[in-house]
Amino acid sequence: MRPFTYESPSSVLEATNPGHPDSAFIAGGTTIVDLMKLEVMKPPKVVDLNALPMRGIEMSPDGLRIGALEKMSDTAVHPEVAANYPVISEALLKSASAQIRNMASIGGNLLQRTRCGYFRDVNTPCNKREPGSGCPAIGGENRMHAILGTSSSCVATHASDLAVALVALEASVRLQSGASERLLTLDDFYLLPDGTPHQENQLLPGELITEIRVPRLPWATRSTYLKIRDRESYEFSLTSAAVALDVNGDQIRDARVAVGGVGTKPWNLPEVREALTGKPLTLETFVAAAKLAVAGAVPLKHNAFKIDLVQRTIIRALIKLGGLA
Amino acid sequence: MQLPADPPPDHEDGSSRREFIRRLAAISAGLTVAAPLGRAGTVTEKSNLQGEPPKTDGAEGLIEIILKVNGNTERLVVDPRVTLLDALRDRLDLMGTKKGCDRGTCGACTVHLDGRRVLSCLTLAVMAQGKKITTIEGLATGDELHPVQAAFIKCDGFQCGYCTPGQIMSAVACISEGHTGSDSEIREYMSGNLCRCGAYPNIVEAVKMAAAKMKGEVN
Repeated sequence: MRPFTYESPSSVLEATNPGHPDSAFIAGGTTIVDLMKLEVMKPPKVVDLNALPMRGIEMSPDGLRIGALEKMSDTAVHPEVAANYPVISEALLKSASAQIRNMASIGGNLLQRTRCGYFRDVNTPCNKREPGSGCPAIGGENRMHAILGTSSSCVATHASDLAVALVALEASVRLQSGASERLLTLDDFYLLPDGTPHQENQLLPGELITEIRVPRLPWATRSTYLKIRDRESYEFSLTSAAVALDVNGDQIRDARVAVGGVGTKPWNLPEVREALTGKPLTLETFVAAAKLAVAGAVPLKHNAFKIDLVQRTIIRALIKLGGLA
Repeated sequence: MQLPADPPPDHEDGSSRREFIRRLAAISAGLTVAAPLGRAGTVTEKSNLQGEPPKTDGAEGLIEIILKVNGNTERLVVDPRVTLLDALRDRLDLMGTKKGCDRGTCGACTVHLDGRRVLSCLTLAVMAQGKKITTIEGLATGDELHPVQAAFIKCDGFQCGYCTPGQIMSAVACISEGHTGSDSEIREYMSGNLCRCGAYPNIVEAVKMAAAKMKGEVN
């Protein structure tokens, strides 16, 4: 680990005052301490956010608000979250381990870095870590990598389960830098790699995620997060699906669908949602809609299996929610 | 490397075995045994056998911190890079907390902060200030083992024992969180603790036994 100076400011204003352009924020530390040990991150200054007031989980007529410093574990079991948005609770409880969920903040979860082995190994090139150095994953080990949103610069997946659930629910993030605040949908917040995979989101230097806003969606009580992985627990996804379903008798009134493990960002699927809306609640509807998820998929040498697997993941989640099992 | 047979038995304070392992580590690294480590109020930095580079920026980056560990208040002067794990082991001589992967993957370093289980390898020591830190050394009451410690012995919940302190710290939290409703729930909520010997079935039994005992269902 490279030397850094440590500060623990007590106000957002102070924390976001750009002192050093390469300074890094720390909340739970589960990403940054790991990456500093690997020397993937070498911030000269680390700013501890834990004295800031960005906490609280509240339900209002507008929907859910989660302070960015809330822990994954507390958010997962919060009664309002569990009752109104099971997909959020399930995505969190299927993430990481109990210890890491006790440490990691919600804001930090959304900003966690990819698990691509080349990104994490400073002895290999990586366009995300060192722009312009190349992407060994494209011709190398790419079983865990993305099939959607990839570019000739980067094929790394986004690792957050929570972000997949939040993108499906059309959540937004509130950002603050100094006295200026803005609200972005999480889908817009994340950037595709294109030729600049080191720019993963729209955060400006010194800018913070202060809270997450999830719109009210009464029928999200019928939602779920299905995560397929190499082992049953404590593993990143091969494919995952965040699905909410609004059913009226044997008709689908509305739906929300996003997938993980397959995209370079949490992958929202409005086209699948549209293909479900107004259709009969049948397996045929599910299969036809899920097919649209992979219309633009570009498989790599080791991950073509994800094209079938992600469709089956969506279909299985829909079967569960639709009571067709 | 060939291990010498029969490590000497523990003395009551465990010092003999600890010394033995230190010497072994030093021999394998081709080093002589390091002097006792910097303790409260000193700025001694020892070279870390796990490969951390020595600090290069003089003493100006050091900070004084106060940690509350197992009921004791400890004052240390540390580089901000020092993890809670390294502070416990290298500075406070609490060797019970184990360094496995040092990357947040294996759970061997699990401790409690304010009663919640966390990974000490991914926690900066400076950020553990003001919290009640409990390590494996803080579980027993005098000579009386914590019910989870007793259950691990009774159920043979280990083989080599290296992951055991982390398993036990995690199990104590798993029980207090109420996640012992079934074998599969225990496995799910203990999944952050890896056991390379594969003692998992006995670990699950130990967690069940301790959970029952702590509920007062058995003696």
